[in-house]
Amino acid sequence: MLLAEKNSLTEEIERLVEKYGSNRSSLLPVLQDIQRNHRYISEHAQQEIARVLDIHPVEVYSVISFYSFLNTKPKGRNIVRLCRTITCDLAGKDSIVKAVERELGIKFGETTKDKRITLEFANCLGMCDQGPAMLVNYKVYTKLTPEKAVEILNELK
Amino acid sequence: MTITKTKRTGSVIFSEYKSGESIKKALSLKRDDILFEMRTSKLKGRGGAGFPTATKWMLAAASISKEKFVICNADEGEPGTFKDRVLLLEYPELVMDGMVVAGYTIGAEKGIIYLRGEYEYMIQSLEDYLENMRRENLLGNNILQTGFNFDVSIRMGSGAYVCGEETALIESLEGQRGEARNKPPYPVNTGFLGRPTIVNNVETLCAVSHIVVKGGEWFKTYGTDKSTGSKLFSISGDCKYPGVYELPWGTSINELLDKVGASHTKAVQVGGASGICLSKNEFDRKLSFEDVPTGGSIMIFNETRDMIKILKNYMEFFVEESCGQCTPCRIGNKKLLEGVKMIEEGTITYSYLKSLRELGHTMQVASKCGLGQSSPNSFISITEKFKDEIFRYGNGGNNGK
Amino acid sequence: MENKDFRAPLSQKAHTVEKPAEPNQIGGTVSVEINEKKISVPLGTTILEACRQNQIHIPTLCYHDDLCIAGVCRICVVEVEGMRTLQASCAFPITAPIKIKTSTSLVRKARRDIIDLMLSEHYGECYSCVKNGNCELQNLAKEYGVDSYKFGHVKEPLFEIDESSYSVVRDMTKCIMCKRCVRTCIDLQEVGVLEAVGRGHETHISTFMDKPLGEVICINCGQCINRCPTGALHAQDPSDVVWSAIDDPNKHVVIQTAPSPRAAIGEEFGLEAGHSLTQELNTALKRIGFDAVFDTNFTADLTIIEEGTELILRLYKALAENDKSVALPQFTSCSPGWVKYLEHFFPEYINNLSSAKSPQQMFGALIKTFYAEKSGINPEDIVSVAVMPCSAKKFECNRPEMQDSGYKDVDFGLTTRELAKMIREAGIYLPEMPKTHFDSPFGDASGAGLIFGATGGVMEAAIRTIIEFVTGDKTEDVFENANVIPVRGFDGIKYLEIPITEVGEVPDLIKHLIPDWNWLKGVTIKAAVVHGTANAKKVMEDIIAGGKFSGCHFIEFMACPGGCLGGGGQPIPTNEEIRKKRAQAIYAEDESLEIRKSHENPNIVRIYKEYLKDGPCGHKSHKLLHTQYIKRGKYIA
Ligand SMILES: Cc1cc2nc3c(=O)[nH]c(=O)nc-3n(C[C@H](O)[C@H](O)[C@H](O)COP(=O)(O)O)c2cc1C
Ligand code: SF4
Repeated sequence: MLLAEKNSLTEEIERLVEKYGSNRSSLLPVLQDIQRNHRYISEHAQQEIARVLDIHPVEVYSVISFYSFLNTKPKGRNIVRLCRTITCDLAGKDSIVKAVERELGIKFGETTKDKRITLEFANCLGMCDQGPAMLVNYKVYTKLTPEKAVEILNELK
Repeated sequence: MTITKTKRTGSVIFSEYKSGESIKKALSLKRDDILFEMRTSKLKGRGGAGFPTATKWMLAAASISKEKFVICNADEGEPGTFKDRVLLLEYPELVMDGMVVAGYTIGAEKGIIYLRGEYEYMIQSLEDYLENMRRENLLGNNILQTGFNFDVSIRMGSGAYVCGEETALIESLEGQRGEARNKPPYPVNTGFLGRPTIVNNVETLCAVSHIVVKGGEWFKTYGTDKSTGSKLFSISGDCKYPGVYELPWGTSINELLDKVGASHTKAVQVGGASGICLSKNEFDRKLSFEDVPTGGSIMIFNETRDMIKILKNYMEFFVEESCGQCTPCRIGNKKLLEGVKMIEEGTITYSYLKSLRELGHTMQVASKCGLGQSSPNSFISITEKFKDEIFRYGNGGNNGK
Repeated sequence: MENKDFRAPLSQKAHTVEKPAEPNQIGGTVSVEINEKKISVPLGTTILEACRQNQIHIPTLCYHDDLCIAGVCRICVVEVEGMRTLQASCAFPITAPIKIKTSTSLVRKARRDIIDLMLSEHYGECYSCVKNGNCELQNLAKEYGVDSYKFGHVKEPLFEIDESSYSVVRDMTKCIMCKRCVRTCIDLQEVGVLEAVGRGHETHISTFMDKPLGEVICINCGQCINRCPTGALHAQDPSDVVWSAIDDPNKHVVIQTAPSPRAAIGEEFGLEAGHSLTQELNTALKRIGFDAVFDTNFTADLTIIEEGTELILRLYKALAENDKSVALPQFTSCSPGWVKYLEHFFPEYINNLSSAKSPQQMFGALIKTFYAEKSGINPEDIVSVAVMPCSAKKFECNRPEMQDSGYKDVDFGLTTRELAKMIREAGIYLPEMPKTHFDSPFGDASGAGLIFGATGGVMEAAIRTIIEFVTGDKTEDVFENANVIPVRGFDGIKYLEIPITEVGEVPDLIKHLIPDWNWLKGVTIKAAVVHGTANAKKVMEDIIAGGKFSGCHFIEFMACPGGCLGGGGQPIPTNEEIRKKRAQAIYAEDESLEIRKSHENPNIVRIYKEYLKDGPCGHKSHKLLHTQYIKRGKYIA
């Protein structure tokens, strides 16, 4: 990472801590914002967050690793989370998995080479009455068909 | 995101309600009077555990502390549950008003909605709604000129089911891993930041709004003796009309299946992945705290479904979603999942299956929190009630293979 | 909402109910029924405590006397009447009259299942494990009659063994997730290297970004090792190499023994804590095949002279010459865990560290120079071993700075545990060994060097010497029997002031360094004693904030709770009671010695006459006995 990048990240973290407070309770909101803005929480970001909140870097890492929506490795620009709860499964999740994987040429858990899309599973999106469902970044799509799912993904930048 | 409000009807939760109504009423009452109404209503928590709400509130009200908290548990993560989504999107007034009433009753000035990460798309509409309440002086300082201060903030989860467990939720709010705490002491004494805290489900708070306006006696006219009022059920799976239904407690599974247009039903999973599975001959059982208690998730499976596959899905869920701190749950669920895989492969012996079921019983009593205590439920009930499907995979038992 | 007490994961902290100050007051006690026996306990006592007080055995794993409550292993579950589930007795404070049953069939079955679950994911076989015979999991399996792997057994190791650190080896395949190490590292020591990572079944203990232990801010104190119930954490063991050096006729293998191992090694041979086996150990080491056995206390005495002189010089500059640039308070540097802690966490303070090496490293440098010359042995052929209560010493002897003799000053650091193992391997039962003295030319040392093993020991030794240097009076005139009681004991942070009213002659040894003591007259010397890095952190923060400790002249810091006697290389188990007994053994031995002050040790006097001729802090001693430190910082690249 370049020095300038590092400094701007530090500034961003300090701004966030000012916004949420410098006690440990602010850890998740800060992490969530960094995740949203950078799509991952880098090693440097973790150490800076630890510094300003006066906790240990390993504690930050430990918390990140607990939550499915936070990650420490760069991911794609768009994160696609397909629900794998049984109701979505029974409604045809598997055929969507196959269609999407074939279309993008990657498996679930992987990111496209151009960093456009990361495919993941999610545990229950709370759309069980309208399955299969998937979350694209923060937007949900329901009653998917393989065709519809692929179309949605193809529109992503 | 546009929210389409369906016109819903129901006897209690979906009955008439004007926004702000319960706040106005509550603030004109004494705290004890509200607690009295709550007690009369016999309302039990809708989040799954069914703890009497009045008792929880009384304990918190009795705790002496300069700061208390009201937390709305909107982490709805139980597979097959989505009623809170509907309430938050379509009836935010019931939720928010309920929180203000709770704050007034226990003497808290801060409310926090813990919203699951998957529902981030709702946040704008909720924030807008809160802003609106502040404008109307239903939130903020000196609410309706009564001198009572209360404000609500929204905090997001980040994709961890166990954070729905109230102490794990509090840990998560404190910036920790969502690991359940030792109890006692309970949150009503030592909760968020060590302060007295009540954690209530979204639906519980909605019921509170109605009870304050219409009275505990009115609430009690619905439901059964021990399960008063009505319940929202999230119906999914093999039926014509999945969705959220408000039904009185005491409704039988058969009645429910009729209503949602389910046919050729083989099994009904009540209470989500951590609930129990009912087979055909139990469909006359009644949904209520007395008989089949539930947080509202109903998943319907017809005769074409493979119960072992369903069980495997549930166990995979728990292996991943356990917080991983205590032994019975962290390793136990994995062993149960491996057992299911052995059934699929046709390699399980009946004596090992028996050991696993006994392990399930150990997990139910020895796990640290509700997750591990309930995760074996589906394993135990499905392997008991659908033995023939185990046979179908070629498991002939000890000598049969 | 600011609350700094919430540092450690709260889920791992006891949400204990405060016990009443006066248990006899009304409502101060509760009566409970345990296994149908009625007893009365103070409000807030946990079920586990109540049972232990009444001789009812309850198995535990994640519970440790030194640590906060976790309640995660669930092995200590018991039945409480009226509760749907079993309760973890370690985490259940009694606040109402309850009925408890500790050994129902439900309880026994649950415990057995839990043990079986742990074993199902515990890789390896007991006979090939360092903890064989001293493993809490193994003991439990025995207690509950485990005779098969009910839920299977791992066939392949799931983790690679992390041997990147000079001191601590992590073998996560043996981890049972009791999180004692996490609570030790984050809570007890506040270093913050180990935490639980991941969720669900994947949860495991790891470091920041899963880096090797050798690359993170681990200070090597080894406290986690002392509290690990299984073999998941152990020290980097060089005993095989030491054996082959012993077996090599061309090698001259010498060993120095620190004060703490002698006070504790008996525990490895089944003795109660608190038996010193100093001279028995000398004999055993000779029988094992070491060519010479030396007493590290000799260089502890030397440390007092060197470090004390350094302090006097700093004070002289600051007080007599009014030099504001002098770094004060001076910090002790004998504890390599503390040194590395400071280098990581407060690097801007490394100038405050005494430049004097630790006794181990001083000895190393002297063995391959002075001793080699004296005995006419080529230093290249000398293998220098140190037995220490410490795992950080293994790191210390590998620091690249520690080669002032021209060779690696100390080749291998052995822990008390490893040495005990070697002695057992040699078929020796240590407590029955005859007694012998240490070898010349260093010989026996003073009691001042000996008490280095306990927290406050360095300070006490320094006080014994400095009082006599400065005032010319006997320490005995100030402190009865020369026991400096105010610096003893296990309080985490101790503070004391010594007003200097009278001064005497400057002793010959340092006459060339300062003209007189008049500048010290009327000065009150302020000192502090700190053990455990969590306490060190508090003191450092106070110094930064300009508090009371910033006014100190001299502070003794030890990384480990209790000082060296509680070090990461000491016998397992450990708890405060055991540490207290070890301390008693050390102080008793000190009192039995004739020479109890470093400057009175005749060998010290001799070495300055014969070898370090330009005196303490002189040119030669600077070359051999002093060192410098590295500003490491907290950031991990
Ligand atoms: C694993 C687990 C997950 C839970 N998830 C939720 C949840 O998503 N929403 C909820 O309201 N309660 C959930 N609960 C129940 C809460 O712990 C708690 O009992 C509830 O929020 C109390 O509110 P109530 O009394 O209004 O039901 C969960 C419990 C467990 C053990
Ligand atoms: S039961 Fe499961 S989720 Fe609950 S504390 Fe134990 S490991 Fe965590």
